[in-house]
Amino acid sequence: MTAVPFLRLAGVVKTFPGVRALDGVDLDILPGEVHCLLGQNGAGKSTLIRVLAGAHQPDAGTIELHGSAVTFANPQAAIRAGIATIYQELDLVDDLTVAENIFLGKEPRVAGFVRRGVMRGRATAILDRLGHSEIPVGRPVGKLSTAAKQVVSMARALSSEAQLLIMDEPSAVLAHDEVANLFRVIRELTSQNIAVLYISHRLEEIREIGDRVTVLKDGVTSAADLPARTTPQRELVSKMTGRTIEYVFPPRVDHPVGAVALDVEGLTRYGEFHDVSLTVHSGEIVGIAGLVGSGRSELLETIYGARTPHAGRVRLAGRPLPPGRVDAAVRAGLAMAPEERKSQALLLDEPVWRNITLAAMSRYAAGGFTNAGAEARAAYRVASDLSVRPLDVSRKVRLLSGGNQQKVVLARWLVGGGSQTAARMASPGTAAPSGPVGGHAPVVLLLDEPTRGVDVGARSELYGVIRRLADQRVGVLLVSSEVPEVLGLADRVLVMREGRLIHESPAASLDEDTVLDLVMSGSLTLIEEPSTVEEHA
Amino acid sequence: MTGTIQAPVGQPVATRVNWWRDDASEAVWRTVALVGVLLALFIIGGVSRPDIFLDPSRFAGNEVIVLRQAASIGVVTVGMTFVMISGGIDLSVGALLALASVWSTTVATQSYGPGVMIFAALAVGTIAGLVNGILIAYGRLVPFIATLAMMVAARGLAQKISGKLTQIVKVDSIKQLAVRNVLGIPVLVFIFLGVATIAWILLNRTTFGRRTVAIGGNPEAARLAGINIRRHMLVVYALSGLCCGIAAVMVTSLANAGSSTHGDLYELQAIAAAIIGGTSLRGGKGTLVGSVLGVLIFIQISNLFVVNNLQLEYQLIAQGAIIVGAVLIQQFRVAALRRPAPPGA
Repeated sequence: MTAVPFLRLAGVVKTFPGVRALDGVDLDILPGEVHCLLGQNGAGKSTLIRVLAGAHQPDAGTIELHGSAVTFANPQAAIRAGIATIYQELDLVDDLTVAENIFLGKEPRVAGFVRRGVMRGRATAILDRLGHSEIPVGRPVGKLSTAAKQVVSMARALSSEAQLLIMDEPSAVLAHDEVANLFRVIRELTSQNIAVLYISHRLEEIREIGDRVTVLKDGVTSAADLPARTTPQRELVSKMTGRTIEYVFPPRVDHPVGAVALDVEGLTRYGEFHDVSLTVHSGEIVGIAGLVGSGRSELLETIYGARTPHAGRVRLAGRPLPPGRVDAAVRAGLAMAPEERKSQALLLDEPVWRNITLAAMSRYAAGGFTNAGAEARAAYRVASDLSVRPLDVSRKVRLLSGGNQQKVVLARWLVGGGSQTAARMASPGTAAPSGPVGGHAPVVLLLDEPTRGVDVGARSELYGVIRRLADQRVGVLLVSSEVPEVLGLADRVLVMREGRLIHESPAASLDEDTVLDLVMSGSLTLIEEPSTVEEHA
Repeated sequence: MTGTIQAPVGQPVATRVNWWRDDASEAVWRTVALVGVLLALFIIGGVSRPDIFLDPSRFAGNEVIVLRQAASIGVVTVGMTFVMISGGIDLSVGALLALASVWSTTVATQSYGPGVMIFAALAVGTIAGLVNGILIAYGRLVPFIATLAMMVAARGLAQKISGKLTQIVKVDSIKQLAVRNVLGIPVLVFIFLGVATIAWILLNRTTFGRRTVAIGGNPEAARLAGINIRRHMLVVYALSGLCCGIAAVMVTSLANAGSSTHGDLYELQAIAAAIIGGTSLRGGKGTLVGSVLGVLIFIQISNLFVVNNLQLEYQLIAQGAIIVGAVLIQQFRVAALRRPAPPGA
């Protein structure tokens, strides 16, 4: 490489009390390249991003910008140096318009008054540059789809003359066809000599969009300057893990299909999904494939009682569930790991054990009085079954990685949240297989994107747990954006498109291309609602 | 709510890094700090009025006055602490106290004797609290609005019932409540301590308390974990109302009368005391030990102004400053705790 790197890091070290998060990271990013950063959760990617964004100051090592050493004392300094970071949680203000968001804090002004016309014009020009002139600059950002919001975030970065765009798992929140569009925008940027540091867990994306790859492992650069397109996937994975693993799905065991555990009939919520009927047998994993916005998450939440259906009904183990009543569903033996772990499932500032026993504390209580010791011991047992790391149930959940947080969410339903359990459903006399997981598994477990933001190694572990639960007669209904995950894990696959189930067949009879074809044959636009005339005024 | 749970005996405990940032120790440090503030107030007293604060018997006499004063506000603060931990607020406590005191001291009620008077006060408080809870849980009103409306309406109802007249207590056992001492300590203080102790057990040792913390910390997660949030909120506001009823009996006994002006500004004092004690307005965080100390600090400050013959205006200004100071300190603590944690591990 003869070109001068836009940014070069050498021997960057960052320690936190008790943890050496970065322990000598080297990284060089050339202008106009898509540089991919790979590494398991906990390898130091997030810390590295924060160092580059000026949110952390390294303890040792150098950062060179255009060949001269710099320090970023704060995030503003990094932005001035031309480094823009787009975090997974897009930091946009929902109530402000697209243009206001793009120029937030740097509005074109005259005598303190915002020049609204100029601002809109410039915003339009920037969106044009990104190939997305169809996003109306006067629309409140809250009304846009996630994909469009991401484009707005990128536009905001461009408006501050960024030379390097750091994108933290941008595709995690996108459906398959939206990813293709993201890549178009990224190529547009790189053709203007803007560099992109692309962080993703999806290896196939890196092959498609990336130029070079740097791999982090345990806070150290374990490989650098790997060509993104030609480096074999197996090699990338082994650099991350030190062992050669890939997505490992547990083998399907041929067991007889049990009784119907979950029976959904004609479930409808106008504008979300329509006339959905499905069954899940005990011991069966049913996967729903569908794009973001196909109504799959809404369907799961409605089955669970978190939303009230307009029509249709849900029966669990033969008994009807009252609509819109989560507490009743949980008591009856239904469980859900929701899509947004942090905001929908976890008490981040509470210790692991309290999170695990949140739904089940009455099981360990006597007359309303909690038994913290018994709870903590039960939580510890389940946490160690699921290999939560570190195995310290008094640790705050906030301090765990994504994969371990997800294990905590699953653990919650294995310590006995509901009174009805899969074990009880098994015919009396024959004790349920005394599998190592929990012992109080629910009748049916609803999983919404169970491996989002989870690294490869932890994924395999989660797959194993899900399979073991099915082996213990738990019925599992799984929703995932990742087709290989649905195909690899589920026994039976349902395809959902635009609020309707359009296909059903055994997973073994499907391949990825077929499912993708079914899922995507209806095209989705970036804007959720058609723009109105007024928007262009 | 702050117990640290180690791994079961015989199983490895992961090494604790930076334990001083830990939840449990956070509460311990706050308690130490609050006790320190209280001691500092005594030292200020000792410097400004050595004749009172350095004379054991006069000091004890003064502190009995402080405690008797703190008792009724303290009981209200206990209820407020539950409401605030659940993520809500109850502005109606002072008005509910007045309503309960008036209702329990009408000529008609008094004619039934002390038992009925006490029952009336507790029932009125609880039922009004339930109304708050129904409006909030099932009417989906914001707690601020629902209890603001209740604050105005309950005060009005109290004035209507009493005709804005002071209703003298003629029942002797109610009068005695405020006068009686046991072991040199007013009965009212024992009532306060009893309420605080029961509340501590409720918050820290029952599923109800744990769910209150969970609902305040992350309502959506609590709901999706199968907790019936609406029913829970109903009970939380009813509890706050019950505390107002208990405090109404105490205030009535102290004043020897029921009045629609009782409990004036109690809502502000209770909220301030809870905040000084470390309860978060955002919910999910708070301790009863902190709230009790918060009340004592608040009343002790008033007492310092009184014994130094300073005017009420200065007292109010100082109390305002204390509230701001407490919240600022709390925010610095939170900022320190939220410093980016090492990702994963």
